[in-house]
Amino acid sequence: MSSLPITAIEIASAVRSGSLSAREVLDDHLSRIEEREGEIHAFNLVMVDEARAAAAAVDAIVAAGGDPGPLAGVPLALKDNLCTRGIPTTCSSRILEGWRPPYDATVVQRVNAAGAVSIGKTNLDEFAMGSSTENSAFGPTRNPRDIGRVPGGSSGGSAAAVAAGFAPISLGSDTGGSIRQPAALCGVVGVKPTYGLVSRYGLIAFASSLDQVGPFSTTVADSALLLEAIAGHDNRDSTSIDSPSPSLLESLDGGVDGLRIGLVTELMGEGIAPDVAARVRQAADALTAAGAQVGEVSVPAAAYGLSAYYLIAPAEASSNLARYDGVRYGMRVDAPTTAEMNAATRSAGFGDEVKRRIMLGTYALSAGYYDAYYGKALKVRTLIVRDFERAYADFDLLLTPTSPTTAFRFGDKTADPLSMYLNDICTIPTNLAGHPAMSVPFGGGADGMPVGVQLLAPALAEATMFRAAAVLEAAAPALDEVWS
Amino acid sequence: MPVRLTRDEVAKVADLARLQLTDADLERYTEQLGAVLDHAEDVASLNLDDVPPTSHPLPLVNVLRADVIVEGVDREEVLSQAPSVEDRRFRVPAILGEEP
Repeated sequence: MSSLPITAIEIASAVRSGSLSAREVLDDHLSRIEEREGEIHAFNLVMVDEARAAAAAVDAIVAAGGDPGPLAGVPLALKDNLCTRGIPTTCSSRILEGWRPPYDATVVQRVNAAGAVSIGKTNLDEFAMGSSTENSAFGPTRNPRDIGRVPGGSSGGSAAAVAAGFAPISLGSDTGGSIRQPAALCGVVGVKPTYGLVSRYGLIAFASSLDQVGPFSTTVADSALLLEAIAGHDNRDSTSIDSPSPSLLESLDGGVDGLRIGLVTELMGEGIAPDVAARVRQAADALTAAGAQVGEVSVPAAAYGLSAYYLIAPAEASSNLARYDGVRYGMRVDAPTTAEMNAATRSAGFGDEVKRRIMLGTYALSAGYYDAYYGKALKVRTLIVRDFERAYADFDLLLTPTSPTTAFRFGDKTADPLSMYLNDICTIPTNLAGHPAMSVPFGGGADGMPVGVQLLAPALAEATMFRAAAVLEAAAPALDEVWS
Repeated sequence: MPVRLTRDEVAKVADLARLQLTDADLERYTEQLGAVLDHAEDVASLNLDDVPPTSHPLPLVNVLRADVIVEGVDREEVLSQAPSVEDRRFRVPAILGEEP
């Protein structure tokens, strides 16, 4: 292991002061990728040439006496559903293989402008549909802590890249838990911001009313740094909230003294592995010891979240993915007529799970079933919003497991889609409500794999959520500490 | 209450979604989608007549901007990524029943 700084905050500080060059930092990370990427497969593409050019530009700014920005020289991995101009962006799907977007996503522009060095595009479940990265058309990513196990998903590559030390920070997207669940399974920090806080421009759409871009990192402070850099209004996203970017780092050490934190009873019982639940209770004790008032709270509609989500998200996906028709971008399978070409292209280009979700969504929206399925799901969404409103009348934050289990083995859940969907039971309610939530590593399970605990907050209460996350980070047991 | 999903319905949905499925796909999807819809019965069977729907987490309103011309994405760059192009336009096979 090298003696170079590890965290994004340390790297940026050293690069800005001129005591470390962006080139040295990049070389260090590229050598780690060289060493382990063969077994991990975190990346669809490592952008060696582009990264070298970006690092050289950062070093030139420092040499000229300038400031490259808060992410100066920090290597950063991008989920491969974020558009990068002129650089292949695949969503881990055959249907977009070889496509080079004509523009950068807003978040990509922002991290570049902040001095970050983008080092690659990370693997994901095809079109972000999945919880293990086993649905990637280019093969699964492996969990750096045990390569026989999944890294979670859909942002499995972004979580694994940070866990393996390929980059101190990365970006993912979270529609039903796709940042938080892989963060938990890989033992890193992952944040889903308030819906609308981060621009979705250039994030390839899965379910537009749920999708949100957010950070991964090894430390809570690094996620705060990256979220500050990407948040804020963007007039190219009509759902972007018109408010200033939040200040997270300056209040990070504020502690939890006097905060009221609710343990969600519906997400601590059936379906949650006992060792995971035990870690969540231990986290609650740590928050109490730090001065928080922890109590139990009921969010009854959370029990219906899974069913509502697996109607709403596929419905939106079936509409969003209609654009892959072989006309404007990506692959085309030729056929005599346009209608036949559309169908032939989609059938060859989409993988199994994507087809399944498109079918499910098309069915839920079709005449005769709309009211029973999609319409009902939208009403359940209202119930979830109301239940959260009631909970937040009495509590500042909520606490739950992030994932019902630690990382599972390859193939364990691929034969039964419903068993895979159940992974998202703790993360989905947040997306339906549009609230922020984050996963913080908190020791290991009985199998020695990482456990993540999830903090939930009302809309735009990220600063309070990060304060509690910092307390949990400081109190977290070591991964190999045996629990009793 | 909706009844169990049939193979014919799955075939119809595939057609609507412009997907060609093999017989084996149809069998499998009928089974798998049926299981997901069975799980969704907990929602489908709720009486929610008095509950308004929420289609979006934000109270969305139209977003307007000043009517000023700004630079869009580069046309040639966009066309360079299309499977087939003719006269600076996307090219597709026959439509409306004309001979290919």
